[in-house]
Amino acid sequence: MIKLKVDGVEIEVPQGATVLQACEIAGKEIPRFCYHERLSIAGNCRMCLVEMDKSAKPVASCAMPAANGQVIYTNTELVKKAREGVMEFLLINHPLDCPICDQGGECDLQDQSMKYGVDKSRYQLNKRSVKEKYMGPLIKTVMTRCIHCTRCIRFASEVAGVPDLGTTGRGENMEITTYLEKTLDSELSANVIDLCPVGALTSKPYAFEARPWELTKTESIDVMDAVGSNIRVDTKGWEVKRVLPRLNEEINEEWISDKTRYACDGLSKNRIDKPYIKVNEKLEACSWEQAFDFIIKNTKDLSGDKVFGVVGDLIDAESMYMFQKFLNTSFKSNNIDFRQTNLFINPSHKANYLFNTTLARLPEADLVVLVGSNPRLEAPIVNIWIRKAYLARKTKVYSIGDNFDLTYPHENVGITHSAIAEILNKKGKIYESLKTSKKPVFIIGESALSANGEYILETIKKILKESNSLNENWNGLNILHQKASSVGAIYLNLMKENFLEKLNDDNNKLVYLLGADHVKLSKKNQFIIYQGSHGGLNSKIADVVLPGAAYTEKKGIYVNTEGRVQSANKATFPPGDAKEDWKIFRALSEKFNNLIDINTHEILRENLFKDFPIFKNFNEIPQLTYENLEIKNINASNNNIKINEIDFYFSNIIAASSKTMNECKIAKQVLLKTGTDN
Amino acid sequence: MLQDKDRIFTNLYGDFGRDIVSAKSRGDWKDTAALIAKGKDWIINEVKLSELRGRGGAGFPTGMKWSFAPKEIKPGRPHYLIINADESEPGTCKDRDIIRFEPQKLIEGCLIASYAIGANTCYIYIRGEYFNESKILQEAINEAYKEGLIGKNACGTGFDLDIHIHLGAGAYICGEETALIESIEGNKGQPRLKPPFPALVGLYGCPTIVNNVETIAVVPTILKRGGKWFASFGRAKNTGTKIFCISGNVNNPCNVEEEMGIPLKELIEKHAGGVVGGWENLQAVIPGGSSMPVLSKKICDTIKMDFDSLVEVQSGLGTAGVVVIDKSQDIVKCFARIARFYKHESCGQCTPCREGTGWMWRMLERINKGDADVQEIDMLMDVTKQIEGHTICAFGEGASWPVQGLLRHFRGEIEQRLTFKNKKIA
Amino acid sequence: MSGKHVEKNQPTSFEFNSVNLEKINKILKKYPSERKKSAVMPLLDIAQRQHDNWIPYAAIKKIAEILEMPHIKVYEVATFYSMYNLAPVGKYFVQVCTTTPCMLRGSEKIVKLCKKYISEKEGQLSSDNKASWVEVECLGACVSAPMMQINDDFFEDLNEETAIKIFEGIKSDQLPKFGSQKGRIGFEPNKRLTLVKN
Ligand SMILES: Cc1cc2nc3c(=O)[nH]c(=O)nc-3n(C[C@H](O)[C@H](O)[C@H](O)COP(=O)(O)O)c2cc1C
Ligand code: SF4
Ligand code: FES
Repeated sequence: MIKLKVDGVEIEVPQGATVLQACEIAGKEIPRFCYHERLSIAGNCRMCLVEMDKSAKPVASCAMPAANGQVIYTNTELVKKAREGVMEFLLINHPLDCPICDQGGECDLQDQSMKYGVDKSRYQLNKRSVKEKYMGPLIKTVMTRCIHCTRCIRFASEVAGVPDLGTTGRGENMEITTYLEKTLDSELSANVIDLCPVGALTSKPYAFEARPWELTKTESIDVMDAVGSNIRVDTKGWEVKRVLPRLNEEINEEWISDKTRYACDGLSKNRIDKPYIKVNEKLEACSWEQAFDFIIKNTKDLSGDKVFGVVGDLIDAESMYMFQKFLNTSFKSNNIDFRQTNLFINPSHKANYLFNTTLARLPEADLVVLVGSNPRLEAPIVNIWIRKAYLARKTKVYSIGDNFDLTYPHENVGITHSAIAEILNKKGKIYESLKTSKKPVFIIGESALSANGEYILETIKKILKESNSLNENWNGLNILHQKASSVGAIYLNLMKENFLEKLNDDNNKLVYLLGADHVKLSKKNQFIIYQGSHGGLNSKIADVVLPGAAYTEKKGIYVNTEGRVQSANKATFPPGDAKEDWKIFRALSEKFNNLIDINTHEILRENLFKDFPIFKNFNEIPQLTYENLEIKNINASNNNIKINEIDFYFSNIIAASSKTMNECKIAKQVLLKTGTDN
Repeated sequence: MLQDKDRIFTNLYGDFGRDIVSAKSRGDWKDTAALIAKGKDWIINEVKLSELRGRGGAGFPTGMKWSFAPKEIKPGRPHYLIINADESEPGTCKDRDIIRFEPQKLIEGCLIASYAIGANTCYIYIRGEYFNESKILQEAINEAYKEGLIGKNACGTGFDLDIHIHLGAGAYICGEETALIESIEGNKGQPRLKPPFPALVGLYGCPTIVNNVETIAVVPTILKRGGKWFASFGRAKNTGTKIFCISGNVNNPCNVEEEMGIPLKELIEKHAGGVVGGWENLQAVIPGGSSMPVLSKKICDTIKMDFDSLVEVQSGLGTAGVVVIDKSQDIVKCFARIARFYKHESCGQCTPCREGTGWMWRMLERINKGDADVQEIDMLMDVTKQIEGHTICAFGEGASWPVQGLLRHFRGEIEQRLTFKNKKIA
Repeated sequence: MSGKHVEKNQPTSFEFNSVNLEKINKILKKYPSERKKSAVMPLLDIAQRQHDNWIPYAAIKKIAEILEMPHIKVYEVATFYSMYNLAPVGKYFVQVCTTTPCMLRGSEKIVKLCKKYISEKEGQLSSDNKASWVEVECLGACVSAPMMQINDDFFEDLNEETAIKIFEGIKSDQLPKFGSQKGRIGFEPNKRLTLVKN
């Protein structure tokens, strides 16, 4: 610990702290623009100046390491004058356009100028004007407002790992830009909007949509991938206006992916807001009563083995639980699965299907092997954590599976299963790295689990076991799920052997799709019910379509790829006649004379917790023991590991309905086609 | 007046050859191996005894700076010596002459300094505009390699030294030592935050000592003739000989090596042929390159040219670039032009400098045209104070001091100009 | 003055010629092998010399590839330093120092002559497309003010007469010898009291 004095009070701060941090520990507020906890220190705005004994000049507290015996003053006349001076400089070339600036009300410059600004400008000359820069479909730039704090540049190169942003020119002609104004090539690009302390980088899709004080803010959980990023959903009236990150040090820190942030305009498009039934091969809107009657008429006497339920990507635990109950009670069917494509899951032990290392411990990894996974597209937040490991210790990253772009150096070792067998046989590059690795991490993606996944899983377990990395201290075995519903569904046992084959069997008479948009159905003579929020391919072939609620319109539990249980909250109401899924099942069960007697969401949760206590442990990661973790010997096949194509911006029905995501997709295609050559 | 026998740069005017044979005949590379054999501590101590202060502008004691280099060289963390030949301070052109006429003194100095700080690699950062000079220096380096004076087992000492030239490309700020390091690393020349200081974390994150060309080029002579000898010129802490560059309104602008502490008037009259139109025609002198506050004629009458005397009159010796301004000049215009220089050269990184230099320049232009209010003089002073001391690097001071000097000594004139103009408008 | 002028008509490709590739290999040896990026300034210089004294985007891209740097980082450097031209300049690129020490000794007259002999506007090509001129900051030859730089060479100790001779020389591709136009070798005083030649 370091001892120093701040404004006469002696405090202790940990080794490595800065004077700014020390001042904060002492309860002093230090104004700042360029400093940001998660970025490198630039010390360029000069707003955080404080006075320090034995220093003739005031020092930038953000950049000054705290040291024993320092005597710091944060509120002297000198400090006040210095800050006022810096403030004045920042304002002389800053436009007076606050009334039309989207940052208004959330602007650091506005806030701090209240405190340190003088009321009248002494600068009587023309203000500098700077040309706008194109940075892609998400970021609106008004570069005249830029105060050159370089937070955006540092974010792009440090966190996102795409050094696309920089400055041109020097002195007062310095400007922030991407090279030749190309789109920022990152799935995390819009975080720079949050980081920009002024209105230079604002949200293009949200431009002029609302003022912050008009918005209702709801804390929630993201469903665009299986990370469970913590978010805040801002609504105005019914509409979701924007999604912002919420701090969670163990998951997404304060970042979210562009999809998490911007797919939200898909929530108001392409919605199913009325029930539909098929009349003369055409879907026609109807009332709930009519829809229910139609279902009963067509499915009444079906027995269990003829009835199948498929769970989609974005479904919360409560809905799945009710779905399961409904199929059980009304049809005596247990044929439910969440796997819309081939996916090997071994549910016998949690370690077999969770991201066991956990995200927050990824930076400790000294070796990362990606097996059939492209984390950059499957879970951009996970990619940040891997990059952190690389930044912290130059962690070597290998990938098995066809090659792709990441945001850190990595080496591809081929696409065949033999790459894994090789490690087990103590051969090859990965083995060489593994020999000296203390904390290896294997990340198995869904692509790897889709063809002979069992071999991959069991072999990697063997490898990790042998290198003493499959235990309570360090578990390097990780499954990276892609869908928000997956782990919850496994917790609920929604898995059936050979499900996909049976699903398309002639014998099968009823398929009930709960938001399942990706499952391939060869519709023959089955009766198909689609229940969900958005219209897609599968709702088009359905016989009945029931309008469900989207993730922002209901309270629901999601379990992330680490096995962490989190609760999303209701930010707005389902549109039109749409209802929360559990209510639909309740109503249907009544129609089938098998009433599931659950009347409120609270009671629903109580039931869920009773049957599946694991869901009670909010925000926690399951503590595992390993005595009974079985490791099987599975024979290799000569399969290749092919990374399933990931359409990042269109990966689920909400994103696919989003205009913004569509624009991102087009921008990305342009970028790929033209590179940086314009 | 300094006598020829006590001059270090005996070929300052290029009268004799710059080639290695001629240089050797003037005493370069004599006994170098023997000096090195006396060891690091002896070398550093001798430089400390000489009280040599850096010739790059800040005047930091050189021996002390060298002693900051870690004693032990850690694996993977080689030490570096960097020679600062960026020479961009208006009024200064001394390093250019050392490079083109006395290159072997610099190279010999590089070897000794590198040895003293444990550096096996030395980079010489020359401003890009000195392209021809860089070619001359490269030839000189090649000659030294050929003779085995540098390179593997330099001078037979068992010590290895490689010297590389790195050319700048037009940026005054790259004279600032950390900006210079950034520049060698392949970045924009934007100064770094200190601490950490380059002596511990410098080029490529390794311990690095940065010295001016002149500082290093005088070291061999100091060691050969003794620290005491050097210290015998000038007064305590202001010792040695120094190259002065005298430009502006003098009859014979020139560079001259003189004793530290020489009276300014003597310097100008003896060497530069006097002020154009005579001493009484003198309006002001910038004593140490454009960053140093200007002196009024009254101060010039008596001031002695050394570090501490000039600090006493709120100025500084800087690079000893003496810019003489006679009475025919519009003093405000002179300083508006200097302000434009700083506006143009600010790296743009930190707020006070990026925004303040442009503001100062524009205000001075207005004052120059008589467009400003008298009250704006105080505001201009305020702005200089808002920059000074609040920036990442000393450019902030360099930019604001000249304006402060102007306001300090010529306020009356400025007021007069503005009142006259304002009256005329009224 | 605003930021750098960047040429609109860009060539689509750029390759270093073989002589320069060899030079580049030599330059890379000056820096630790994992610090290739250090060579960005010399490479920009070489590109500029090879490409008629200005650097096109294609060269920036090439350099980024050779040095394994992000494009924007090379571009940052190219726009930060004043000696890199991002648009064509004259075959004779005249840079007149007008900072105070040169101003004190009449650099304004030299600027006037540039306007008369080269082009009315700074940065514009002369009518015979041979030369262009710009005002620059202190070039480090204050003691031989006023002065100007033409391509790599300094022309010092100018007065109107010698400046005109130089501008005339540009027209006929016959420049006088560079250096002091008063015949000085270095920065020696006209009348020397000291350092007498022996
Ligand atoms: C804006 C600025 C420009 C500078 N330019 C130069 C320069 O051109 N040459 C130089 O030797 N030192 C220059 N310096 C000083 C260097 O930072 C550094 O102090 C010096 O090179 C150290 O060498 P010395 O101790 O031998 O003087 C400059 C400093 C600043 C703040
Ligand atoms: S003071 Fe000026 S030159 Fe120095 S870092 Fe700040 S902006 Fe750059
Ligand atoms: S917060 Fe310290 S300088 Fe910007």
